[in-house]
Amino acid sequence: MAENTIKIPEFKAEWKEGEAGRWGMVIDTDLCTGCQACVAACAMENNIPFVGETDAAYGRSMHWLRVERFWEGEYPEVRTTDFQPVLCQQCGAAPCEPVCPVFASVHSQAEQINLQVYNRCVGTRYCANNCPYQVRVFNWRDWERPEPLNNQLNPDVTVRRRGIMEKCTFCIQRIHKAEDQAKAEGREVADGEVIPACAQVCPADAIVFGRLDDPESRVSQLAKSKRGVQLLEELGTQPRVTYLKGA
Amino acid sequence: MTAQAQPISHAHEGHHPDPREHLMLDPKPRGEMNAMVMEAMHATSWKFWVVAAFLGLVVLICLFGAWGYMIMEGLGVAGVNRPSYWGIFLVNTVFWIGISHAGTFVSALLRVFKAEFRRPFTRAAELMTTFGLVQAGMSIFMHMGRVWLSYWMFPFPNQRQLWTNFHSPLMWDFLAINTYLLASTMYLFLPLIPDLAMARDRSTGWRKALYRILALGFRGTEGEWTHLRHALGIFAFAILPVMFSVHTIVSWDFAVAMRPGWNSTIFGPYFVIGALHSGIAAVAMVLIVVRATMKNMKYFIRPEHFDALGKLMLIVSMAWAYFFFNDYMVQWYGGDKWTDALLHFHEAGPLGWMWFGMLICNVAIPWLTLWNKKVRTTPGLLFTIGLLINVGMWFERYIIVPISLTINRMPFTWREYVPGIEVPLGIGTLAFFILLYMIASKLVPLVPVWEVQEGQMAHSLRKFGKETVVTVSDLE
Repeated sequence: MAENTIKIPEFKAEWKEGEAGRWGMVIDTDLCTGCQACVAACAMENNIPFVGETDAAYGRSMHWLRVERFWEGEYPEVRTTDFQPVLCQQCGAAPCEPVCPVFASVHSQAEQINLQVYNRCVGTRYCANNCPYQVRVFNWRDWERPEPLNNQLNPDVTVRRRGIMEKCTFCIQRIHKAEDQAKAEGREVADGEVIPACAQVCPADAIVFGRLDDPESRVSQLAKSKRGVQLLEELGTQPRVTYLKGA
Repeated sequence: MTAQAQPISHAHEGHHPDPREHLMLDPKPRGEMNAMVMEAMHATSWKFWVVAAFLGLVVLICLFGAWGYMIMEGLGVAGVNRPSYWGIFLVNTVFWIGISHAGTFVSALLRVFKAEFRRPFTRAAELMTTFGLVQAGMSIFMHMGRVWLSYWMFPFPNQRQLWTNFHSPLMWDFLAINTYLLASTMYLFLPLIPDLAMARDRSTGWRKALYRILALGFRGTEGEWTHLRHALGIFAFAILPVMFSVHTIVSWDFAVAMRPGWNSTIFGPYFVIGALHSGIAAVAMVLIVVRATMKNMKYFIRPEHFDALGKLMLIVSMAWAYFFFNDYMVQWYGGDKWTDALLHFHEAGPLGWMWFGMLICNVAIPWLTLWNKKVRTTPGLLFTIGLLINVGMWFERYIIVPISLTINRMPFTWREYVPGIEVPLGIGTLAFFILLYMIASKLVPLVPVWEVQEGQMAHSLRKFGKETVVTVSDLE
């Protein structure tokens, strides 16, 4: 990761200057085919409701992960850019955290990731306004889960109700499962042992997840690549997601 | 020959203005004035009840009905979306806090500076503060996703050892608005005590019982007056920094956020002046309505007061234009590409007419009209200008909240905001404000009689040779 010289007061996060963070992700946009399998898998894994056409068209889709695509130029000289899957960047100095009046948006000390405490959220939506990546989603309604969708809910993940904010957790339920397993066997979590739903289904293997504080891990190696860029790096948010772009 | 006989200082005026145009120089006996205020409070025509019933119906349906429906269904019935997570609810919050500002400004600042024209309408302005804050509070609660848990924003000790986040601007906001509501209510109540005592002595039945409790046994002894003046002196000074801090803190909700268009260091004073702009115009509008509809008010509220308020409106409009230009200039010069996109969207986007409308209502119209004394003293014209200023200031907040939220640093999420249930809810808050004001006008003396009488005692006309001169003695 690029060395950052911006000093950020400690209260914004548990993050200390120069610390790499624990869990991180690398997304190779040159490999991404834009198939949206990650979006579907994320929705299955994390009990994300289906909002229907009208609400989705009005900007209320609940996906924690979206695949962005852009056009450059005017027709017919159009150049489409790479697909860009955007999820919570798990900022080291997250802008969503200090603005929550009730500490619903917090930094987990153990996993070093940004979490939303659903039970505590009162729905001011300030965190979403302050998120430069616009990756936080709000439960605008209690959407129905018609039969048989109610049977596929993941028991490891809370079902959220209307009026609260939510976002990508790096599939923290899978992290916990792997950590518990490793602890029971008296070892560290091995590289590649934790795979979030989006990385698991990616047919092009464009999404890689792992420990950033282990310099030998695959994700650390890839993050150091010359092709690596971070979204809106200039804001000093210390994102834990690196995009690989352009050969 | 007559021209030579006229004093030089008045040579440019065609005639001597009658000094009794001024309320302070047109005294009435105390008993008569008290009776006039009591009559204004008691005399209620059937029209009052028709309007009150209509407003009550609007409040019931548009405010409580629609709000209840929204609580049941979720915020999906409103127009908020990604990226416009905040919509008209926050526009109305800022707008109503702005309205509430002028009450304190007119009352406390003019009291501190001993501006004599304030005397008959300080109460009317203070009532606006309290009722405006009620609407602001309701708008902010409407906007919350889970309003039934809003008490979690109170820092109260609890079993689960949960605490509130004092780093959040919303927390500062919550505390500032509560402080302001408490302080302004006390500041409304203090100068009301002698008038409540007056009303107690002149009424019967349930009113007498009510005023007896509210007047706190005030009898008008020298000691009581001294204490009251003392308390008012402290309060008038103490509430001014509270007033300035509240709207500054409201502006920080936007200014501290990482967003193009919001992240502006001048937002604090810009918001304060914007609040005064809409607020003073609203004070003038309320006074015009009160004067036209309530009995005996033509004696207390006179063209001289509209003249003074019109001048204030013009000055504040100039100050607002200065801050607007300063804010715009620095953001434009900065050349940040997202800010550039946003500024372009403000002017040339689908709601560009609103941006130009804001400038016309807030700057062009006051500047072109209010320099003229005839315009300032014609109630109908001043009312129209005040209304346009308030529309312009509402546009300004609309541009800052949902329109600015449309543009962010992730172009994939850009999407326009279309209001939904916010519209009836906004109408509901306006109706509730007017209804509360109407009820209050029948329950408390709308004119601070003792302040008017005090002012009239201090003012006198003296003859120096052939010249009549106004003298004001300092009572305090």
